[in-house]
Amino acid sequence: MTAPASTSQNAKPADERIATTSFFGRLFTKPEAGAIAAALVIAVLFSIVAPQFTQPESIATTLYGASTVGIMAVGVSLLMIGGEVDLSAGVAVTTAGLTGALTIYWFGSNVWVGVIASLIVSLALGLLNGWLLTKTKLTSFIVTLATFFMLTGINLGVTRLITGGVATPSIAPGTGFASAAAVFASEIPIFGVNVKITVFYWILLVLIATWILNRTRAGNWIFASGGAPDAARAVGVPVVRTKIGLYMGVSFCAWLLGMHQLFAFRTVQSGEGVGNEFLYIIAAVVGGCLMSGGRGSAIGAAIGALIYGMALKGVVYAQWNPDWLKFFLGAMLLGATVLNFWLQRRAGRGDKV
Amino acid sequence: MKHSGVEYIVKSLRGLKRFGLAAIAASAALLLAACGGPAGVTGENRETAGSGAGANVEKTMTVAMITHSTPGDTFWDIVRKGAEAAAAKDGIELLYSSDPDGAKQSQLVEQAIDQGVDGIIVTLAKPEAMTASVEKAVAAGIPVFSINSGQEAWEAMGVLAHFGQDELVSGQAAGDQFNELGAQNVICVIHEQGNVGHESRCQGVDETLDGKMEIVYVNAADPTNVQSTIAAKLQADASIDYILTLGAPQAAIALTSIEEAGSGAKLATFDLNADVVAGLQNGDLQFAVDQQPYLQGYEAMDAVWLYQTNGNVLGGGLPVLTGPSIVTPDQADTLSEYVDNGTR
Repeated sequence: MTAPASTSQNAKPADERIATTSFFGRLFTKPEAGAIAAALVIAVLFSIVAPQFTQPESIATTLYGASTVGIMAVGVSLLMIGGEVDLSAGVAVTTAGLTGALTIYWFGSNVWVGVIASLIVSLALGLLNGWLLTKTKLTSFIVTLATFFMLTGINLGVTRLITGGVATPSIAPGTGFASAAAVFASEIPIFGVNVKITVFYWILLVLIATWILNRTRAGNWIFASGGAPDAARAVGVPVVRTKIGLYMGVSFCAWLLGMHQLFAFRTVQSGEGVGNEFLYIIAAVVGGCLMSGGRGSAIGAAIGALIYGMALKGVVYAQWNPDWLKFFLGAMLLGATVLNFWLQRRAGRGDKV
Repeated sequence: MKHSGVEYIVKSLRGLKRFGLAAIAASAALLLAACGGPAGVTGENRETAGSGAGANVEKTMTVAMITHSTPGDTFWDIVRKGAEAAAAKDGIELLYSSDPDGAKQSQLVEQAIDQGVDGIIVTLAKPEAMTASVEKAVAAGIPVFSINSGQEAWEAMGVLAHFGQDELVSGQAAGDQFNELGAQNVICVIHEQGNVGHESRCQGVDETLDGKMEIVYVNAADPTNVQSTIAAKLQADASIDYILTLGAPQAAIALTSIEEAGSGAKLATFDLNADVVAGLQNGDLQFAVDQQPYLQGYEAMDAVWLYQTNGNVLGGGLPVLTGPSIVTPDQADTLSEYVDNGTR
């Protein structure tokens, strides 16, 4: 029995290796693409329900709220791509601020001495987190949960030991305060609207992190360390060094935000920061980072932080019932994440988006 | 050959040696710092940070103070200082502990009962969670006094006396003060969502205020959130002419929010600290509602001592009110010295 004749004598079997994908298909396979779509949805929603939301000064306020989460989300997203988490990130910001303030208070020194001391201590804490993780072989959840508790205790204990209270005295009278405040807590006028300097630091950090991830060998190491650490180690990726570096990156971001808070508010309450680590993780996850590592982007985390900032401030601008604030916030973050992963899945299957 | 447990530990410790030396050096530096004093701070100022007078009085009883404070809260630091001063004077060993979670705070009361303390001072911010453990303490013959929160619940639990501020009344007093200032649209900033005392303060303002009052929730753990959320509210509603914060740390942040939003709103707050007094002096703040937290800690500790040594109970079945005390700019100079000492 003969086989049925082919409908086209010249047709060659399709080669799936050179299959073409639509522009949207390619776009939505990127980790941050769905987050951008979700951000647009939220922006449009609040533009409709709260006209104040689109005013230039409101945009500046929203960006500021997003930047204080976004700065940390940059470091945390790289760490998550590298397959780890940092539960001490929230209190590490407070530790950075306290270190600076207490150094200035104790030694009666120029505020820049406090800034440098804070940077050294922050980087040392990142080094310690990474070192403990790699030496103990424990999960990052356990290691950083331990450092979270330790830092919470240190923040309170050392502050009381040095000042006799639980908050630092104002650093405003310190020598060099004006110059440090200009670096860490100033505003830059853009089209007649004052935009906080943290917004620009945030953008700069996102650009640097994106360049590291996409254009450097270190970026490849980060993806490899998170995706398949054993395989990465086998082909010569310095996994230990990479992970320590990532924790130090988070610490650097914590130092930057800690300095902003110190110079913006001139004093630090030793109990602050607890719980904020989840905001940074949420921003990264909303932006397309996987909890299991090996996938994500700094741009995605930035969009995640922007979504958080828009949702938080949008609820206020819309003047919705404040009792439900956290519910609205949670619902929007969940919706944004679901939309992101749904779009990615469809794009990955080659469906029309 | 496998290492024995001891060998394994020794080997691990060798790896920690360098880090350990650094830790020892850091600890030594910290201890030296504790023994010394900060540049420009006199011994006189350091004295007020300790237990002060009466530190050498022989300890004759032990009292547990169990609050719902979060670690690092300046308000509760003042309450504790008041309790420490009275404890030092009366020869009482103070066991201070706290937990903002009602169930965990209740467990701390249970622990105090197990320790056989001579008295318990407790806050009742979450009365439902605290009832069983407080009643157990009363049944065990331990005198219990409440402070700060729980004005509606203390008597039913068998607590001997309550020291604090009627939060509703304090809110009403703030509302009256706003009326004197001609306030039309006030936002009441709650920094601890679910705190009944905070809700009562705002409710009190709403009851007496001639104008409009609205609640705004912020996250006290994140000062940038406090700043940007208040700023957003001011931008959303240009008619807001007064802001009321429910804690001194939030007041200082609210000032930056007003500036950021370019708003003409004025500020008032509950509680005092150095920034608030400075704000009252320079006109940034219109008034502060002080519940005298030092007095709450001090009087409650004294009450335990009086009960145990002479059978006295204050209040006659009514709460002993430590506030509200409205502090206006003309009174700020008088209070600044005490605020600097960390007792107001």
